[in-house]
Amino acid sequence: MTDWIARHPDLVFAVVKIVLCLFLLLTAVAYLTWFERKLIAHIQSRWGPHRVGPHGLLQPLADGLKNLFKEDIIPSGVTSRFVYLLAPFLAVSLSLLAVAVIPFGPESVEIWGARTGLYIADINIGLLFVLAVTSLGVYAVALAGWSSNSKYSLLGGLRSTAQMVSYEIALTLSVIGVLLLAGTLSLREIVEAQSGHWSGVVPRWFIFPQFVAFLCFFISGVAETNRAPFDLPEAETELVAGFHTEYSSMKFAMFFMAEYSHMIVTSLVASLLFFGGWLSPFPATEFWSITRYLPVVLAAALGGVLLLDVLRQRHWWHRVIMAAVGLGLLAVAGLLATQATLLALAQGPFWLLGKTAVFLFVFVWTRATLPRFRYDQLMAFGWKFLVPLAVLNIVVTSFLVAWRAG
Amino acid sequence: MAERTAPPPAAAETMVLNVGPQHPSTHGVLRLILELDGETIVRARPDVGYLHTGIEKSAEKLYYSQVIPLTDRIDYLAPLSNNLVYCLAVEKLLALEVPPRAQWMRVLLTELTRLNNHLVWLGTCALELGAMSVFLYCFREREEILKIFELVSGQRMMTSYFRIGGLAVEPPADFPRQVDRLLKMLPGRFDEYEDLLTENRIWLARTRGVGVLSPEDAIAWGITGPNLRASGIGLDLRKAEPYSSYEKFQFDVPVRPEGDVYARYLVRVAEMRQSVRIARQALDGLPAGPVRADAPGIVLPERDKMKTEMEALIYHFKLVVDGFAPPAGEVYAAVESPKGELGCFLVSDGSPRPWRMRWRPPSLLNVQVLSKLMPGHLFADAIAILASVDFVLGEVDR
Amino acid sequence: MTIPPELAARPVVEKLRAFNPRAVTAAEEFRGQLTLTVPPELIRDIAEFLRDSPELAFHLLTDITAVDRYPVEPRFEIIYFLRSMKSGERLRLKARVSGEQPRLESVVGLWPAADILECEVFDLFGVHFSGHPHLRRVLMPDDWQGHPLRKDYPVEGYR
Repeated sequence: MTDWIARHPDLVFAVVKIVLCLFLLLTAVAYLTWFERKLIAHIQSRWGPHRVGPHGLLQPLADGLKNLFKEDIIPSGVTSRFVYLLAPFLAVSLSLLAVAVIPFGPESVEIWGARTGLYIADINIGLLFVLAVTSLGVYAVALAGWSSNSKYSLLGGLRSTAQMVSYEIALTLSVIGVLLLAGTLSLREIVEAQSGHWSGVVPRWFIFPQFVAFLCFFISGVAETNRAPFDLPEAETELVAGFHTEYSSMKFAMFFMAEYSHMIVTSLVASLLFFGGWLSPFPATEFWSITRYLPVVLAAALGGVLLLDVLRQRHWWHRVIMAAVGLGLLAVAGLLATQATLLALAQGPFWLLGKTAVFLFVFVWTRATLPRFRYDQLMAFGWKFLVPLAVLNIVVTSFLVAWRAG
Repeated sequence: MAERTAPPPAAAETMVLNVGPQHPSTHGVLRLILELDGETIVRARPDVGYLHTGIEKSAEKLYYSQVIPLTDRIDYLAPLSNNLVYCLAVEKLLALEVPPRAQWMRVLLTELTRLNNHLVWLGTCALELGAMSVFLYCFREREEILKIFELVSGQRMMTSYFRIGGLAVEPPADFPRQVDRLLKMLPGRFDEYEDLLTENRIWLARTRGVGVLSPEDAIAWGITGPNLRASGIGLDLRKAEPYSSYEKFQFDVPVRPEGDVYARYLVRVAEMRQSVRIARQALDGLPAGPVRADAPGIVLPERDKMKTEMEALIYHFKLVVDGFAPPAGEVYAAVESPKGELGCFLVSDGSPRPWRMRWRPPSLLNVQVLSKLMPGHLFADAIAILASVDFVLGEVDR
Repeated sequence: MTIPPELAARPVVEKLRAFNPRAVTAAEEFRGQLTLTVPPELIRDIAEFLRDSPELAFHLLTDITAVDRYPVEPRFEIIYFLRSMKSGERLRLKARVSGEQPRLESVVGLWPAADILECEVFDLFGVHFSGHPHLRRVLMPDDWQGHPLRKDYPVEGYR
């Protein structure tokens, strides 16, 4: 057995990475719901979840349990039982799949003597793969809307099919500017094309030459994920719950998971394409190398704050949880500070996830602030504004690229 | 006999969508039967009656003073306006004069009621269009108003604070300070809502030119109140037919000519600012004196007099046991409720119970006009229109 | 039933009687509110005249309701609440109809607002409005027996 493992190191690493990635992504999805509820609550001068665990930290767990144990209802009028059950599986598996090609760090790192990349798969058409897989998600929505055999679901399904297909075009067109600059479809190489600094200070991220493309990409990305202000397919005040009106228990939760992991993937891709992915914004000089300790400082500071917060908790088990999380963070900080290998390993994921978190914040922030578009306005905005803008960006970029190439 | 089922679709391509009575945006138990061509509405028919409680019938078996608690339950977002119109009707029947302090208090509290109603309206209307935060901000401020209601009447929503001939009790000593704090706070909060909505591009796109009601149609459909003023007709009963000393207050009547959802929004926000202005005048100029008319046999005697004076005790006993009998006749009293002209038509046959009480509900007509406003619009706009006309099902169905 | 001389001099009453000598059968003023009793068969014509007369301009129909005077016959008083958009004057028109087959001409053609108001009177009093496009029960269930606001209908309902 050990021989077999030794003979197939890539396979073992792949399985370990897949398991780790899925675990992290699903946890992130669960805690993204907590983050969203908490953030929106504070924007709206409320408390948000605060009963289950300290600061409601166990709320995602409780919600998961609730959804698992709820009665699984399949309406008697569903058009096709198979399709009805297939839709949520399709939604969640497709949106989880995209993370397979996301690189979290440089090409290869050394972990205890073995070398591997911080990604599950590095395929040379990574970006194409992400776009393809995420846009397949429209099938899940359309099928759910159709198979529920409910008018609200049908309207929701129709809306989102039209919306996702339209914004897919703006999304893809906006990426082409980046492709022209990077000259590759591999996500890893796109990030590597952004390394270095202009005049030694400004990072050579594509956000600067491709700002317009970034705007198109992010707006279309929000629309693709059916999030506010483009949340028409599930506009609760119009279509009750849109395409998932007739879904309950875990099937409903799966649509939810799909939406949130879609948000995470969109944020990850935005960071990779426009914000230098795992690259640190600081110049790689001796003076700035001190910034590699930022993860340590951050983990230590957060751990300290959480330990102080222990005093404010009333229930003993809330204190235990907060103390455990705080001490855990301090331990992580300690490990990172003492183990140079680990610190080097943490650099890439730290920056990438930090940038992603900013995008996720923006996602939630817009939801708390903006009213909802109307269907025709949404289509007009996509086709008459975003698509022409993206095309214009392609024309200008390719002209400049050709001009520079001489 | 009429039937409640939906009529067959006009064309084979249309789809009948039954919205409600349980639906997130019907503000209660309104049922809308929409006929859709794609997402465009061909025909809309509101179906009401799911909250009918027979208040008009119940009133016929109660003494005049016992009807007051029923009126709160009609428009539960504007209970004091309901109290007021009923009290005004009975007082008109009796030709009873109310002391100035009570009149000022009535103005102050009904303006707070208007604020309460408009805050709920603004919050829910914004929520229907997806602006979730405004909803919670509005309810945060509404809570402060409900605290004032609780302070004076002991109840947050079902106040029953006005009595025939004045008020139930003298407001507590803390009342002016609390109202003052509220009135100082509110204008800044209105600015916050306007920051979020008034010039928001999406809000403008969703509300401008949507659900346009021309002034002629508004009159023909019996629309009154803010909806009429958003259609360019500046009819406000507080100015046109002043009651409860409204003629002594300075305020403007906001009017917008457009008649769309956006105009209804602007009119109501401007009205909230005017309400604060009126309430401020009422608070600062609150006259001293009794809060109940000196009308033994109609108004309950003071509690301590009832304990010490024989005459007061007899009046108290007579009033509680037998009620009072106003002269025979028919009167109609109308106030500018937050939703429009709220009227109370009382028919007295000279007995201590009303022969007939008719409640003129502005909400009912606001709901009816939906069938005029919705066709031709997209489903999403229908929800915006629904939210913009402002109705409460308790008042629609009574 | 007569018209007191001080009310007969009112412009509304004068114009109405000039329009049709039979238009006003009685007039009453109580607490400053004018009520005119009109023949039920003329109600639509009178309403149309009041609405379209440029001097009177009773454009706004605020309400339609009924009063059951049981056991007096004619039993029902159907009351129309009008408001002039020109002078702000309010006027109540009262049409008395008997309990046998109570029927009245609809004014929906004049005011769309009357649609649901007439339905409500039909629902709660059982008064029919001929010419109404879709007379139906609005507040009570469709299969309800009886008309609850009639005086011979017990408050507790039939058990």
